[in-house]
Amino acid sequence: MLAKRIVPCLDVRHGKVVKGVNFEGVKDVGDPVACAAEYNRQGADEIVFYDIVASHEGRGTFLDVVRETAKQVFVPLTVGGGISTVEDMRSTLRAGADKISINSAAVKNPQLISDGAEIFGSQCIVVGIDAKRDGKGGYTVYANGGRIDMHVDLLKWVEEIEQRGAGEICLNSIDTDGVRGGFDLEMLKAVCARVRIPVIASGGAGKLSDFATVFQETDATAALAASLFHFGELTIPQVKADCRSKGIPMR
Amino acid sequence: MIAVIDYGAGNLFSVCNALTYLNISHEVTKDPETIERADAVILPGVGAFPAAMQDLAATGLIDIIKANAKKKPLLGICLGMQMLFDDSDEMGGAAGLGLIAGTVRRIPSEKVIIPHMGWNELVITQESRLLANIEKPVYTYFVHSYQAFCDDKNIIAYADYDGKVPALVTDGGFVFGAQFHPEKSGEKGLQMLRNFEEMAR
Repeated sequence: MLAKRIVPCLDVRHGKVVKGVNFEGVKDVGDPVACAAEYNRQGADEIVFYDIVASHEGRGTFLDVVRETAKQVFVPLTVGGGISTVEDMRSTLRAGADKISINSAAVKNPQLISDGAEIFGSQCIVVGIDAKRDGKGGYTVYANGGRIDMHVDLLKWVEEIEQRGAGEICLNSIDTDGVRGGFDLEMLKAVCARVRIPVIASGGAGKLSDFATVFQETDATAALAASLFHFGELTIPQVKADCRSKGIPMR
Repeated sequence: MIAVIDYGAGNLFSVCNALTYLNISHEVTKDPETIERADAVILPGVGAFPAAMQDLAATGLIDIIKANAKKKPLLGICLGMQMLFDDSDEMGGAAGLGLIAGTVRRIPSEKVIIPHMGWNELVITQESRLLANIEKPVYTYFVHSYQAFCDDKNIIAYADYDGKVPALVTDGGFVFGAQFHPEKSGEKGLQMLRNFEEMAR
């Protein structure tokens, strides 16, 4: 039986780790390679790097971070931010990423999912989604770090993502992100009911029990968090012990 | 020194990163003499079986790899493990190295998600030096859609994925295969690579 995964996410800007709260107001907090190595030591099941600036000029620095991390971290490494072409995918995988996460670029050009899956294999294509309640009982997809409403229906979008061959979905709820009131169980349930590919829960973890709850209440296969782990409020071993004590399979 | 066979496999560099991190002397090579000189051989592999066998054949190393597998440890990883068997029917099918009796077919379950991706627990059915100094439970990282079908005597450990998925296999001699990625399986995966190096001494 597959273990549920606990995934820390490191937002990186100009070679440094940051974490935005509701994507606004960013604080600088450290060396990404050292942070990743620490998460690896703590037992993270996978580590996500997200290039939040994703400028063309900063790309080299970011890939250096990925390259250095891959020399010290021996769990799967997922890398996202600013990947908008097959060539970006290739250079990121070559730097040592095991999976690439695409978000805005996939909404704007869904063919990128199909191309990536065909060339590199479904297992390395993760589609990240930032979604928000539309006020009419549904959910809509946003691009550019949650700033632009793409007027795309979330549930239709996840079906298309699966059909185009993505290996995983990382679902971030803008409504719960940074609020720390727990993962968006409702949105996760709606998405998990529509697709068979694994869904990673993102946005909203605020306390220990939020992780066990998301695995008990939804079919999410992994839970992602950033600042909570990053500032040491919770450690990965604590989260895993809590999940394990509630009968959830953990590595 | 471990010879890591260079035929264009996608996980070559992560395997080498892990060996470098562990201070295990290794050379990425397609040179027959280096393979002869090596204490052990690693065959990496990611992707589709026929294309990988074709790429390996193009290096002209198949006979040398087979001959060396009779006298020094060989570890196939992921697709490299599947290539140790007789054949696969992936994408039209192809013959393998035939070092372990068995065949490679798509994971047959219709109940579970294919690919089998993530951390799964090893069910250990046979003692092996590869698993020395590793505490249970042993979770390792898998990414694959095809699996081996072989005799139980060749299985050191399997993973349960709505059926028995051979995870660590051997010919009973020098040949070993890991369906999972030891180079991506955290500390326990690294320990397996250390154990493999120990076997080569």
